Amino acid sequence: MTANELNAFEDEINAFVGREVCPPTPAKDDVNTAMIRQWTEIIGDTNPAYTNEAWAAKSTRGKSIAPPAMMYVWGQEGFAVTTGRPADAQADLVSLFNKHGYTGVLGTNVKQEYFKEVSPNDNVVMEMVIDNISERKTTGRGPGYFFETLSTFTNQHGEKIGTQRFKVLKFIPQEQPAAPAAEDTLQVPTRIASPRGHDNKWWWDACDAGKVLIQRCKSCQTLRHPPRPMCGECQSMEWDSIESTLDGEVLSHTELHHPKIPGYQYPLVCAVIRLGEGTNIVSNVVGCDPSAVHIGMQVKGKVEQVDEKTMLPQFYPASSGIRS
Amino acid sequence: MVANVKDKAVIVGIGNTKFSKESGVSELSLAVQAVKAAIDDAGLKPSDIDGMATFTMDTNDEIEVARALGVGELTFYGRSHYGGGAATSCLHQATMAVATGMAETVVVYRALNGRSGHRFSGGVAGDITTADAIHWGWYMPYGLLTPASWVAMFTERWMHNTGVTKDALFEVAHSTRVYGANNPAAFFYGRSFDRAEYDAARTIASPLQLFDCCQESDGGSAVIVTTPERARDLKQPGVSVRGVAQCAADNQEQMTSFYREEFAGIPEMERAAENVYAMSGLTVDDIDAAVIYDAFSPIVLWQLEAWGFCGNGESGDFVLDGALRTDGRLPTNTHGGQLSEAYIHGVNGIVEATRLVRGTSVNQPAKDVNHALVTSGVGIPTGGAILGKMN
Ligand SMILES: [Zn+2]
Repeated sequence: MTANELNAFEDEINAFVGREVCPPTPAKDDVNTAMIRQWTEIIGDTNPAYTNEAWAAKSTRGKSIAPPAMMYVWGQEGFAVTTGRPADAQADLVSLFNKHGYTGVLGTNVKQEYFKEVSPNDNVVMEMVIDNISERKTTGRGPGYFFETLSTFTNQHGEKIGTQRFKVLKFIPQEQPAAPAAEDTLQVPTRIASPRGHDNKWWWDACDAGKVLIQRCKSCQTLRHPPRPMCGECQSMEWDSIESTLDGEVLSHTELHHPKIPGYQYPLVCAVIRLGEGTNIVSNVVGCDPSAVHIGMQVKGKVEQVDEKTMLPQFYPASSGIRS
Repeated sequence: MVANVKDKAVIVGIGNTKFSKESGVSELSLAVQAVKAAIDDAGLKPSDIDGMATFTMDTNDEIEVARALGVGELTFYGRSHYGGGAATSCLHQATMAVATGMAETVVVYRALNGRSGHRFSGGVAGDITTADAIHWGWYMPYGLLTPASWVAMFTERWMHNTGVTKDALFEVAHSTRVYGANNPAAFFYGRSFDRAEYDAARTIASPLQLFDCCQESDGGSAVIVTTPERARDLKQPGVSVRGVAQCAADNQEQMTSFYREEFAGIPEMERAAENVYAMSGLTVDDIDAAVIYDAFSPIVLWQLEAWGFCGNGESGDFVLDGALRTDGRLPTNTHGGQLSEAYIHGVNGIVEATRLVRGTSVNQPAKDVNHALVTSGVGIPTGGAILGKMN
């Protein structure tokens, strides 16, 4: 469609704004208790003001009322609608959209306002106009226009009981992106692993094999953790390691609440633990309620597989008698 | 040895962008807006700038900022490392450059989309094998990977050692937000806040709850530093750097110095304070107001002790006496701090400390502010500065 054709089309649809879809038309049936009962049963509304005549008679209204949301129900065509609708402005507008490729239709919202109640034996009169048409919009469904009808409802005395706005999107249907192909296997997130480089790979490799090692200076025997390439005491770069017995004491702890990181199981407690060998390590305290973890708590560690890919030392209350 | 920089560098311009949760612009745009605001405040032209100092974490290259602003030639550019520990380190760099003549007029800047872009609360991760990544690797697999969780670990032990309670944390959180509620530039502007809301908020990492934690913000801040000679000709009253220091202490890690004999302390800030006092010839009694880095409420308490406003373990009582409030001993974080103005990595704090000495804070204390303290983030290599009226 060229810009000129688009302008001409928009002029044509905009000419519908303000046009009458139906003149004031009394409902074929008056408001009645049978229809109210069926409607409230389907909706599941048990308000006695609608359906309990005895209760309603004693209420401040002195009689039962129709649910206000039924306002649009009273003027609906019955079975006759299956033999076709009479032409009206809305039907003409819809076929104009269809003719230009805007064949998609989506009711987007309904807004009702209520001014006055009606009761059995009242009659509801409805009239409808095309109230507004939007500019051309790009929507997730495709390019299109929103148009809105405005229905006004009155009772048999000409008193306004409510209005209803009904908004419809007419659009050129677009190919929707295909849903992503289902994964063959469900990926379960795992804990974030430490990167492994020259200075720490040996430690994590030992952990994978079930051991927690502590780096030791070959020259002055000083233990150090985390591992570093040089001894801070004597500057020697020669080192070996010892295996920790994983007996420890909690120096501090925190329970992580927010944000919850995928791959971690909560509740999750982290702690700084002083190992019996004298170095500190950060790890998790497990095997007890988070509120039971305290500074000074004696713990015993054990290298465990915590998820599909991760081996880590985990510390339990020493009192639990666990062995590493 | 005491560094010889007292009053050799003067803050003559300050600038902030609008602070928000969604700037809708690039970090470079925020940086140049902040720098331009500071240049305008000083009454300078972009071409007067010949030096720049920012954070290693800042994404805005000096040369990009210079080209965008039309600064022209730069003869000094230096970056400071360690996140919020770099705040006054940038001022330290600028001061050294100006004092030595490496540059005449240096702008310190920091700009980030800290909420709509990379969020610190997202934590650390990554598999590039740098020393830094290996460092975080000792914590990530256990789930200890956010700034709040690291600070929580220190806080739990420090509260255990000192007996300081959540009452003191609340007082920091509350006094700061009272200031923020009165600052139109602050995220917390116009908000009310009370103990019930503090207590009811979710726990982030025990013992820290939501209101113990700072904002995540989009924004930029900048300050201009020049020589006293140049400062005398400019439109704002000069705010002189009396002393500035940085320090990384023994056995320092970045946020995780858990391997010290006693790790519930900030020896790096104690040492920086000692140096600032020595080079300025001032004592704690000379400091009238402060902007103390407040990524989390407890870290304000530790710094009060490190700078000697009270003894070790006494900061709880100090703040519960109302010391941080506008009529207290040390009105602190009068802009609302990073807890409630914005988190611009402490550079908005240098802006506010300058205002306190100028007498133009939105929450200016009634008393004369001859000297204001401003500090960097702790738990990392850190530092601070004392600012005073130019003689
Ligand atoms: Zn050695």
